[in-house]
Amino acid sequence: MLRKSIAAAALVALAVGAGSGVSAEDKPVGPWERKENHVKAPKDSPLDYLVSGYWFRTPKTRALQDDDFENPAFLWVEQGIEEWSKVDGKAGKSCASCHETAEKGMKGVSARYPVYSAKNKKMMAVTHQVNYCRENYMKAKKWKWESGKMLGMTAYIGLQSRGMPVNVSIDGPVRPFFEAGKDFYHERRGQFDLACVHCHQANFGQYIRADFLSQGHSNGFPTYRLKWQKLGSLHRRFRGCNNNIRAIPYKRGSPEYTNLELYLAWRGQGLKVESPSVRQ
Amino acid sequence: MSRPRVRVPRKIKKGDTVTIKTLIAHKMETGVRRNKKTGKLIPRKIINGFEAKIDGKTVFKASLHPAVSANPYISFAISPEKSGKIDFVWTEDGGKTFTKSAKFTVA
Repeated sequence: MLRKSIAAAALVALAVGAGSGVSAEDKPVGPWERKENHVKAPKDSPLDYLVSGYWFRTPKTRALQDDDFENPAFLWVEQGIEEWSKVDGKAGKSCASCHETAEKGMKGVSARYPVYSAKNKKMMAVTHQVNYCRENYMKAKKWKWESGKMLGMTAYIGLQSRGMPVNVSIDGPVRPFFEAGKDFYHERRGQFDLACVHCHQANFGQYIRADFLSQGHSNGFPTYRLKWQKLGSLHRRFRGCNNNIRAIPYKRGSPEYTNLELYLAWRGQGLKVESPSVRQ
Repeated sequence: MSRPRVRVPRKIKKGDTVTIKTLIAHKMETGVRRNKKTGKLIPRKIINGFEAKIDGKTVFKASLHPAVSANPYISFAISPEKSGKIDFVWTEDGGKTFTKSAKFTVA
C-alpha cells in the first residue's frame, strides 16, 4: 500500500514536472477493449457491448483453443463420439438410434439451451436432457454431472453449435425462471457479500488477483480449464465462484444454477458458441 | 482413458522440416497429493517416458517428471529422407505403455 502511494506520488510529480506525463491513452489496450471483438448486446441488456471470455485470455491460451488438435478438450470430445453410438441400457438403444448423427441431430442445440420442458415442468440444461434421454428412452443409468462421459457428450453436442449465436428463449413459461436467474445474479451472498454483478458487470477487464475478470459469459462451456487440467461444466464454475466469495455453493444441476445458466445465456445472446473452449 | 492423439503430415516434401504434434490424456498423479479422507499419500502415476521411432530407429526421446501437467502435449520436428512409419510410445509408471503409429510418404 505504502509503496503504491509512493509510486503514485512519484507519478504525479512526474506529470507536473513534464507537463504531459502518463495519460489514460498510454495504458495498454486489452483485446477485450477493441471494437472488432465486440458483439452487440441484446435488447434491455445491462451491458453496453458483449465480449467473449476468449478475449480476456492470453494469446497462448487462445492459440490452444484455436487449434482443434492442441485443444485438450478434444480428448473428451473423442470419448463423446464413442459414446454417441454405443448401445447402453435395457432398451438396447444409443443416442444414434433416435438422433442419427450428432452433426444433424444436435446442430444448434447448445445455442438454445437451457429450455423449458412442459413434461418435467422445469428448465433443462443439455446435461439434464442427456440424462433424461438415458433414463427414459435408453433405460440406462444416469451419468454423473461431472463425469468424463457426461462432459465428453456435452462437449460433443456443444461442438455441433460452434460458431452459432447463443439464442435462448425467455418468454412464456420460461419467464419466471429467467426472473429467478436474474435475481440470483444480483443477490449478494457469502462472507464477502458480493453478487455476480459486482465483478462481471461493473468490473470486467480489471484485475482479480493476477487475472482479468471477464464478463462471465457461458458460451464456451464445457471448457477445458488449465487450472482444473480437465474439462469442466458451467455449474462447476458456478461452484468455484461461490466458494471464492465464501458462499455455500449449490449442487450441480440444481434449479438455482440452471436458472442462472438461463439468465447468463440471455446476457450472452448473440455471442458465438465456442464449446469446447480453453480458459486459464 | 489414456488415449493418445498424434498429428503427422501424410505427405512430406523432401528436404522439408515438419512438426509432429502429440497429446495424451493422462491424469499425471504427482505422488505428493493426499487422499482427503484417509490422509494417505496417493501413489505417483505419471507418464515418465516418451519415444518416437521411424522404422525402428529412435528419432525423439523424452523423460517426463512430476512437474509436467496433466494431458502432456509434446511436439518436435523431423526431416525424413524417405517414406516410412512413425511409432509413438508413452510409458507410464509401472511399465504400462500406450502406443500409436502413423504412416507418411516423402516425395
